[in-house]
Parts: sequence; structure tokens; C-alpha cells
Amino acid sequence: MNLTPETLRKIDEVIPHYPVKRSAVLPLLHFVQEEQGYICDEAIEWIAARLEIQPINVYELVTFYPMLRRKPVGRRHIRVCRTLSCALMGGYRTCAEFQSQFNTGLGGVSPDGEVTVEFVECLASCGTAPVVMIDDRLHEHVDPARARALSQEIKAAAPAAGAR
Amino acid sequence: MPAPEQHRLIFRHIDEPGYSTDLACYLRSGGYEVLRKSVRRRPEELVDEVKKSGLRGRGGAGFPCGVKWTLLDRKSGKPIYLIVNADESEPGTFKDRYIIHRDPHQLVEGIMITCFANRVERTFIYIRGEFPEGAKILETAIAEARAANFVGPNVLGTGYGCEIYLHRGAGAYICGEETGLIESLEGKRPYPRIKPPYFPAVLGLYQCPTIVNNVETICHVKHIADMGGDAFSKIGTPNNTGTRILCVSGHVRRPGYYEFDVGKLTMGQLLNEVCGGPLAGRKFKAVIPGGASAKVLRFGERYKGRRKVGAEMLEYDWGVEDIPMDFDSLAMVGSMGGSGGVIVMDDSVSMVEALGNINAFYSHESCGQCTPCREGSLWMKKITARMAHGGARPEDGTLLKSVADQIAGRTICAFGEACAWPTQSFVAKFGDEFAEYGRQKGRPRSDSEPELV
Repeated sequence: MNLTPETLRKIDEVIPHYPVKRSAVLPLLHFVQEEQGYICDEAIEWIAARLEIQPINVYELVTFYPMLRRKPVGRRHIRVCRTLSCALMGGYRTCAEFQSQFNTGLGGVSPDGEVTVEFVECLASCGTAPVVMIDDRLHEHVDPARARALSQEIKAAAPAAGAR
Repeated sequence: MPAPEQHRLIFRHIDEPGYSTDLACYLRSGGYEVLRKSVRRRPEELVDEVKKSGLRGRGGAGFPCGVKWTLLDRKSGKPIYLIVNADESEPGTFKDRYIIHRDPHQLVEGIMITCFANRVERTFIYIRGEFPEGAKILETAIAEARAANFVGPNVLGTGYGCEIYLHRGAGAYICGEETGLIESLEGKRPYPRIKPPYFPAVLGLYQCPTIVNNVETICHVKHIADMGGDAFSKIGTPNNTGTRILCVSGHVRRPGYYEFDVGKLTMGQLLNEVCGGPLAGRKFKAVIPGGASAKVLRFGERYKGRRKVGAEMLEYDWGVEDIPMDFDSLAMVGSMGGSGGVIVMDDSVSMVEALGNINAFYSHESCGQCTPCREGSLWMKKITARMAHGGARPEDGTLLKSVADQIAGRTICAFGEACAWPTQSFVAKFGDEFAEYGRQKGRPRSDSEPELV
């Protein structure tokens, strides 16, 4: 496992927060996914060894929690809220707009490798529906026109980010 | 009767121009003064203030906070933990988001008062994974508070020490259930524990006595310690004390967050005056008053019965608009105040499709531990999805009800009820619409109406 010194530092710092090492498994999974983009087999074994638990105890969390993934996502991760308040305000149309902008289905990586569009459950910002998270940032009142504008921004930033 | 003025206790500074999340700003607004006063009192006094205040938990169940604290096993000799439930995931609820993102030090101060009162030396804030920005803001706030000696090994020079750690979830609704949360914090799958014996107050985190309180509840503790339990208990109505944040979403002109004295405002005042009424040309059809799992209320239906007002029993005859927004009144009409998330639907909405949306949520979020919930939530989703996509049958309402009736009361945690109640209430109250939908084999889609499922 090649983790950056920064990630290793965060890992060393977080483990003593808990009286029982195993509690640190979720934070470690977050750190590794933030650095590597997803959780590979080697990461599962490395985390298990670091916390002195069995790999299955790590794997069973990766398969349970919706935010943990076993495959990489696109350069940008678009998560559209699917739940009732957003849907009432047009969340499904917003999601369809993102999909058509990047010519992609739900969950996979778009053909240009730029984005992954996902439907997620309630993002707890129902008063500003429909809402979308792009990477770590929340965007409010995202109707199809706003979705088009956000898509253009992502496309425009692609070359600067070193388009593949 | 015109709606009362908002009473912003928790949200006092939330929309203030120039108010920021840093410690200096919080201190300028009198921040941490209550903590300074509190650590000079006896911890038992603070617990008594919270008991006197009548504060009920703001996370969903409305359990009296003081009673929760009293149930703590203080004789075991084991450490006592506080867990702050910041896993805000009940659809329709978004109050904790604003506390965390805009006034994090208020939460930190509330936590430290709660910890001092209960002799807690280690606290975890369990924040949902979808709040990465909130997590950063809170981490900064905790670090600032630690550097200023409000948190840490020697709080304000008293010799009392307490650490606060942030723990990020990873997108699972079930982690909002307190025993599921505890399992998650222990590094396991968040399968809720069975009660008895696993009451957190006795056998919680690492089998130690544990308090699990919602973010808003913890913030109220600060205000109770400030004004005293008696003064707090005079805000609101008897047994429904203090202020409460109501989150309104869906089909109203002004959705958003509003803070009122509990029970002093009716549903009609909230939706028509505070939120500006229905969208142009529309009429209200239904409202879910306390987060997606609360039973739906249908505009036009009447609720009759007798209720206790002071020492007297009085008759009541309410429409949806007349219901006071407090725990007890909403329970009397067969729903609940829950987490304060009010979701409004107007006459453009098909109740079958709205239920389909809710069922998809619960099916996705069932942890899978108990068979009735895992299988039942999936079947309810499949049935409503089939109905919405052109395969509706006249008997579907009855079928849905029979599935829902076999879940509630047969599961380890309250998720069973949470996923069954929407189906039970939608079918009971809009049975005519479900039957009509079945006869029509669904309804033709038109672009002017929202797609929900």
C-alpha cells in the first residue's frame, strides 16, 4: 500500500481517539478512499492488519455503506438527491439533465471519464430542493437549467485538470 | 388568528449578517459564558435544570431529555459516553445542517455543558458522511475551543477534562437509530441492538453507559443552563416546552426553517402565513408533519376527540390546519412531531407516486437484519413502482396494506414502524386514489407534473 505521509499521519492521529482500535475502521476507510478514489482488496487487508481485525470485518462495511465503493468514479462525482422533497421540486428531471449532458447512465463513469452521476437518498437540505452534491460541495435549487450550467463548468474545467 | 412571531433561541444568529463560524465571532455574541457559569455549579444541579425544563428530544422520538440522563447507570464504575447524533437523515429534516454549518460553537458549548453535567470525559459527534463541509467546520470549531480551554484536559482551569471527537458516517440512514449508531461507532455494521437489554443508558458504547442526544437537543441544553429549567418550561405549552425548529419543504411558496414556541402555532398558520400558502393555482392535498416516516395527514379530514387542557378535559374538532405543532397534538391525530420535518404536497401530486418515492427510500435504507423489514420494504417498493409504471391493479392498495401490517411491531428497531407507517397511512387516507389508479392501470404522464418514482 502506497499511502501519502499525510494520509498516514491522519491515520496515526485518529486511532487513539477510540478506546477500541476497531472503531477506527470507518475513518480509515474514508481516508483511503479520499486518497485512492475507491477501496481495493489490498486496502481492505492493509486496514485489517493495521487495526488487528479480520479482512472480512472491513469488507462487510465496504459492502454495507453506500458511500464506500470498490470501483473508481469519474473525475467529478455528481450526487443528485432522489428523495421526496427534492423529487417534488423536480429532482428526477435534474438527474436526467446531468445524465444527458454527459451521455451516461446512473452509477457508471461517463464515456469521457469526466463524471459519475448518481441518485442518492436525502441530503438533508430539503428546503432548497432540488439539491445536488458535486464532490464535497452542495448546490441548491438545481433545476435543469442550473444543471446545464453546472455541467458546462465541469466540462470547461476538464482540460485544466489534465483531460485524459 | 395571526401566526405568532418566530422565537429564535437556537437559530438566533443563523441569518445574522456578518455572523461567522469562528470562535472570535461566537465570543463576541456572548459565547461560552454559559459554560463558564455552568462549570462553577454542581453537575447534579444542571441535570435537575434539564429535568425541570421538560425538554423533549428533538431527534424524532420526543423522549424527555432529563429522564434519559437520569436513567444513566452511574454506579457501574465504567466511563460514561456522550454521543451527539448528527446523522440527520430523516427525509424532510434539515435543521441540524444549519446549526453545524453556521453556528458550530453553539453545539460545542452545549456538548461541554452536557458532558460536565453527566461527568462525561469522552464525546463523539456522529456526523453523516454527506456533510463533509460540516465536518470540516466542526473540526475547526473543536480545535479552536480546545486551544481556548473550553474543551480538553483542563476545562477553564477547573481540573475537569473532556475531549470531543468527530466520527463520520458513510451514507446509511440506519446510523441515526441510536443503537445502530453505536454499532457503527464500534466499527461494525450498524445493525440495531435489541432493547432490553441494550439500553444505551446502561449498555451503550463499548457496553458502557451512554447518552445519545440529537444536535438540536444538545443546543437547547445550553439555553436551559442559561435561563434555568423553570424559565425554559414556561416557553411553549405544558409537556411540550421550549422552542422547536420546523423544517418545511415541498409545495409551499416559502419553504425553509422556522423556530417557534412549541405548540403555539398551528399547521395552518405555519403553511399559509409563515410559508406563504400553496403555489400559484394549487391547493394543499396532504402533509407529512414530522419526517418521512410520520403518518400523512389529508387536507379536508377531521380529527375529533377529548384532550386535557390544564386540569380540564375538552372536546376538540380539528381540520389539518387547526392542529397545534407539538408532540402531543400530532400524536393525538395519529401522526407524530418526529424530527420536525414538514413535507407538503399539493393537488398536482399522485399519492401513489409519492408513496413510491418514500418506499424506494426505505427499501434502500433497511439494514437487512430483520426479515419483515428487509423483505417487506422491498416488496412495498416493488408494488408501488409497478403501479407507477403502468402495471397498477385494483387490489394493490389491499396488498400494500397487508405487507405493511406484517412489518410494524415485528422488528428489532423502530425502522419497521418507520417504513410501514407511510404505506399504512397513504392507503388508509387515499384508498380512493389507490383504487382509481388501479382501475386506470396508472395514469398517463404529462410533462407538467413532477416525476417521483
